[in-house]
Formats: sequence, structure tokens, C-alpha cells
Amino acid sequence: MSHALTPSQTIGPFYFGTLANTYRAELAPPGVAGERIELAIALHDRDGAVVPDGLIEIWQANSHGRYNHPEDRRNLPLDAGFEGFGRASTDKAGVARFGTVRPGRVPWPQGGLQAAHVNISVFARGVLNRLATRLYFDGDPALAEDPVLKLVEAARRPTLIAKRDGGGLWTLSIHLGGAHETVFFDG
Amino acid sequence: MTEQAYRRPAAGTHPANLSPEYKSTVARSPSKPAVILPQTLSEITGPLRREERLDAGESDLTKQRMAAPLGERIIVQGRVLDEDGRAVPQALVEIWQCNAAGRYHHPGDQHDAPLDPNFYGGGRVRADEDGNYRFVTIKPGAYPWGNHRNAWRPAHIHFSLFGPAFATRLITQMYFPGDPLLAFDPIYNSVPAGARARLQSSFDMEATQPEWALAYRFDIVLRGRNATPMENA
Ligand SMILES: [Fe+2]
Repeated sequence: MSHALTPSQTIGPFYFGTLANTYRAELAPPGVAGERIELAIALHDRDGAVVPDGLIEIWQANSHGRYNHPEDRRNLPLDAGFEGFGRASTDKAGVARFGTVRPGRVPWPQGGLQAAHVNISVFARGVLNRLATRLYFDGDPALAEDPVLKLVEAARRPTLIAKRDGGGLWTLSIHLGGAHETVFFDG
Repeated sequence: MTEQAYRRPAAGTHPANLSPEYKSTVARSPSKPAVILPQTLSEITGPLRREERLDAGESDLTKQRMAAPLGERIIVQGRVLDEDGRAVPQALVEIWQCNAAGRYHHPGDQHDAPLDPNFYGGGRVRADEDGNYRFVTIKPGAYPWGNHRNAWRPAHIHFSLFGPAFATRLITQMYFPGDPLLAFDPIYNSVPAGARARLQSSFDMEATQPEWALAYRFDIVLRGRNATPMENA
């Protein structure tokens, strides 16, 4: 190591309006393969209050389970126009919304597959380091065998599992603290 | 456990999530430790934003409006690299800042300082193959905030970097060398003492352009890779 890592700082309250033109809440243009879904990700503080000035980013594989990235060298299709990256700020109700496709499963390094998931980064005023978490899909039979969920104590696993709210809308509440504190990962 | 592709940050690098002097952290910091996760494809891939088309004007924040903004024109340049000194080629660098009077182009900024119709405050640039990036902007002002009595943020520019993977994502702030407000700023001082000076840019006489603008240098160092690819671990 010859160079020292740059420390993290908060995104602060005033990114909106300057980073806004780089938002990408619609990940999948028409024609992208897969089951279309909407994600509503709500952000709450320790006391349950909504966080209306947060920024949520998502990163996911396409419906074939392929990441659009050179490190994913598996022979699976890439979809034109689908990078797998989304960025949206939370609104007055503390919710960030995305339109995308349900991701396929990706491998676990020791063999087998992980359950389908969306990777999430949380930024906000008062959040000094990026908080990384995951969104899984309720009712997915693969949840029971997911190696990442197995690293999490059973009582806290529901904090990572989005619920279907009629149609194709999936909702997940992220809690930065309190009784329902979300599981964050250090990957 | 599988060897990690990206090294964990050394202790003493990043702020503690709960840094009570910065009051907003109290209700917004997890109380439980993060679950250590072996890095899988989900963590070692990430958005490269390679297809994002950037307008040439996005790297010059003084030319985004009808006329030149008020304030001291500056050049901010540096290199995006990893802990081993390897360039992060084509890195997308995003910045945002307040104007010379200390006011953001943002509806929530109620500071009693003028907005500048010629300054928006957002910029993006793609680094070259050697990780070099360059912005032209104006020096942001200090601004007050409600954290404690007589609280002022030192002049700073917000930076956002993706790097090569989900695991390398970084948002930070660049400060100016020798700013007297640094000593009093709980956000800057949330970084452990041995690491916080890395957030200060350095005055760069060589890159300063005669009759035109002072230059500041800010290199950004992202997580480095372990020598062994994780597939071989
Ligand atoms: Fe700021």
C-alpha cells in the first residue's frame, strides 16, 4: 500500500439540484428482458421519522443474473440499454422509487447461487459513511438457502426482504437505527 | 473465508458513523456493527457509467450560464487512483458546491447570502486513462449551519466517485489548505486525526495559470485490490 485511502464524508443536505440531472430512476428501457418491477425504498431514522433528504443508489444484475461489468465473465446475455445502476433521492415521505426488472440469481464464490437481490447504497445528511445493504424478494424460495442471509441473525433478516404490495410494486423500509434497524453490510 | 478482492479500509481511515459532535449523526447512525460480507460478484462489480454521455461544459462550472459567476476562479485537478497507486482510468468524478457567497442552488438552503444566477454548482468529468481529472470552478464560500452556536462549514467541494466496483463507492468532501474553520468543523473532524489532512487539497503553483486562476490539487485514493484474485483463494 503506497497511498492512503481517502476518508468518507456525508453527502450533506444540498446535493439535490446539482446531482439531480444525473438521476436514473428508470433502469430498464422498453425491450429489456425480464419481469418489470417497481421498487419503493423508504428511509427512516432511529426514531422512525422519515428521512426526506437521503439518496438511494441501487446496483443489480439483469434478469439473466448477469452484471454489466468486466468482472462478470460468465457466458450470459447482456441487455442493451440496461446497466443495472439507479439513483434517486427520497421524497417528502422519505421514499425513493425505481422502475427496473427483477434481477436473476448470481453465484456464491464457494459454489451455488445467491437468492435474487438488489444492492443498495444509502447516503444522507448525518450519514458519514456509505451504508450498504440488500433488497431481497419476499416469497422467493431461494431465501431459505441464501448464504448472505445465513450470515444474518434470523430475527433481523426481515429488514432485508421487500414485500409485494399488489401488482409489481415492492416496498422496503430501511431504518438507520431503532428497533427495526436495517442490517448493513461491510463488503 | 474467501480472500477479499478489495482490501478493507485500515482502521483510522473513515469517520465513526456515530460522531455526536455532528448532531445529525445521532438519529441516523446504525447502532449495530455491519455484517462482514465475503465479496461476491455483487460487490466486485459496480456501475462504471461508461455509456453516460458527458457534455464538455460539465467540467467548467463557470460556463454553465449566460455569464461568468462571481467569485475567485480556480482550477481543481488531481488523480483518481487506488491504494497501490494504480490509476482508476475513465473514472466518473461528480462534484457539487455552493457559490462564492456560501449559498447552494437548492431550495432548502436558507442562508442569507445571494444566489448567483450564473452559478449552478454541479459538475462532472471523466478522468483520462491515467485517472487525471480537471475542473474549472469558483472558490466556494464558507456557510453557517445549525449544528451548534456560530457553526460554519469551512469552504469545501463535495466529491462523488464510483471506482471500479460497488465496494469502492465513495462520497467525500475536499477542503482548502490552511482554512482556519477546519479546526472547528465537526464534519471534517469526524475523520480520525491521522487521516483528515487527506481531505485538504494542496495549492498547486505549477498548475496555476498566469493572469487567470489559482490551482488546487486533490488526489482521491480508492480501495486497493488484494494481490490474489478471489477465484484462486
Ligand atoms: Fe456542503
